[in-house]
Amino acid sequence: MTGRFWMLGAASAVSAAAIIAACTTGPTPMIPLPADGSAGSFKSDPVTQFERAGKKSGFLFATPETQTMQKDDFDNPAFLLVDQGEAMWVKAEGENGKSCGSCHGAVANLRGVGNTYPKVSKDTGKLFTLEHQINYCRTERMKAPALPYTSANMFALETLVMYQSRGLPMNVSNEGAARPFFEEGDKLYHTRRGQLNVACIHCHENNSGNYIRADLLSEGRSNGFPLYRLKWAGVGSFDRRMEECYGQVRAEPEPFGSEELAKLQLYVNWRANGLLVETPAVRR
Amino acid sequence: MSTARIRLPASIKKGDIVEVKTLVTHTMESGQRRDAQNNVIPRKILNKFACTYNGKEVFKADLAAAISANPYLAFFITATESGTLDFVWTDDDGSTIKESAKITVA
Amino acid sequence: MSLVSKLPILSRRRLLAGAAGLAGGLIAVRDVSAQAVQPGAHQQVLDKAVGGKKAQPGKVRIRMPEIAENGNTVPMTVAVESPMTAADHVKAVHIVTDNNPRPEVASFYFTPGNGKAEVSTRIRLSQTMNVLAYAEMSDGSVWSARAEAKVTIGGCGG
Repeated sequence: MTGRFWMLGAASAVSAAAIIAACTTGPTPMIPLPADGSAGSFKSDPVTQFERAGKKSGFLFATPETQTMQKDDFDNPAFLLVDQGEAMWVKAEGENGKSCGSCHGAVANLRGVGNTYPKVSKDTGKLFTLEHQINYCRTERMKAPALPYTSANMFALETLVMYQSRGLPMNVSNEGAARPFFEEGDKLYHTRRGQLNVACIHCHENNSGNYIRADLLSEGRSNGFPLYRLKWAGVGSFDRRMEECYGQVRAEPEPFGSEELAKLQLYVNWRANGLLVETPAVRR
Repeated sequence: MSTARIRLPASIKKGDIVEVKTLVTHTMESGQRRDAQNNVIPRKILNKFACTYNGKEVFKADLAAAISANPYLAFFITATESGTLDFVWTDDDGSTIKESAKITVA
Repeated sequence: MSLVSKLPILSRRRLLAGAAGLAGGLIAVRDVSAQAVQPGAHQQVLDKAVGGKKAQPGKVRIRMPEIAENGNTVPMTVAVESPMTAADHVKAVHIVTDNNPRPEVASFYFTPGNGKAEVSTRIRLSQTMNVLAYAEMSDGSVWSARAEAKVTIGGCGG
């Protein structure tokens, strides 16, 4: 997110009447942080439409019990991590003494942002996943330490931000500056790897709807990340899931936050365009 | 950092039997897993849960390692009067997680 | 609840659901030998919980998926028919499994203030097995139920 923001000062001092139009990238006034010290999340209902644009969400490949866990925001254990993300949103960190909310206001202001990632950063020209962007904001704007890509804190913030876009269609661009990265991601998706020597397409395109042992193969649409995986009994990012995908074909996994995974995520998220963001989804 | 979530129905009339849902963050380390050096990761779970309704204990549980991480417990209470529901989870190490919820009975 | 006693060292241990928490990289799969589960241990736990009383099947219902999507988190509801009055109510429900490394799952203690003797939770099952419940009533009777869940080895990340 570019543009300069006015500092809002202490969250408790913001009144409902004081709408600060600080965003120089557009005319929409910024929603201020709520006076009660909370993060100001966008209130959305769980997604109910799982097949769109000829694509099927992974939700449709889960058992009814797993689906039930996603359909209710209380039953969905990922919301424990969303709570943690909301606490982080209003916590000042780093030398500049700012919290995420100091610049962004209510986190609801980021609705429509997460569903466009990965994208090329205007500031650096690099391909940024949402995690890279979060760390860029932290290190450059807050002068706070970067969060490890494997940490629960990173998953918490990332889940919070993606959750603001719940119900919006995935909308990742593969044009312009993103094109070269997209083409590399496309190649990665079609490259055989590992001792089992298979590519992503062999499961997720050629065999979606078939069983691999006792698991039903989905189309590999990434519209629910970060998500609660029953196997992890916790929330994880796209990179965390890739660690298992690579491991499943007996390939050496890529480090979380790596360029290769960012390009792959660009391609895979683009494949999910049109499907609604379900973050935080629940899968096996 | 542990967080707990409680859910009660939005509107409750006196005499209603309402479902109380609880969810708490905890790894519930079973004591069955091994680390990369093949050492057993010691058990560390929440082993007790108790709910009091305006100070009177209405439901309690002993939990074992077979309860999944981020324990989810849903049970019922008969709504008699407005007040507070207090919840306590006790860890193997003796520490507790406490949470409260207001209950408004029409 | 007693702390986990030292388990005998097993020659091979297949870690089904729940094992992937091991430090990064490839998924470690080690065989579990049947010696990990003490046969009959679950019955001893139940007998001890109800003071040796005999249980008869009935009144208790266990609701669980027949095939668990993942053994790490299996939703389970246990319900007992009872008016839950001061004179006639469920005192406790004890739940065990017959093929987990340790049989205990939970004991739930009810009061007439519950209105309904029903509790939902999520449990761990290391492989296909039975879940057994004993319900102790205020009149001293004990009722039982049993349900099986199949836990499979998934191909997609286990």
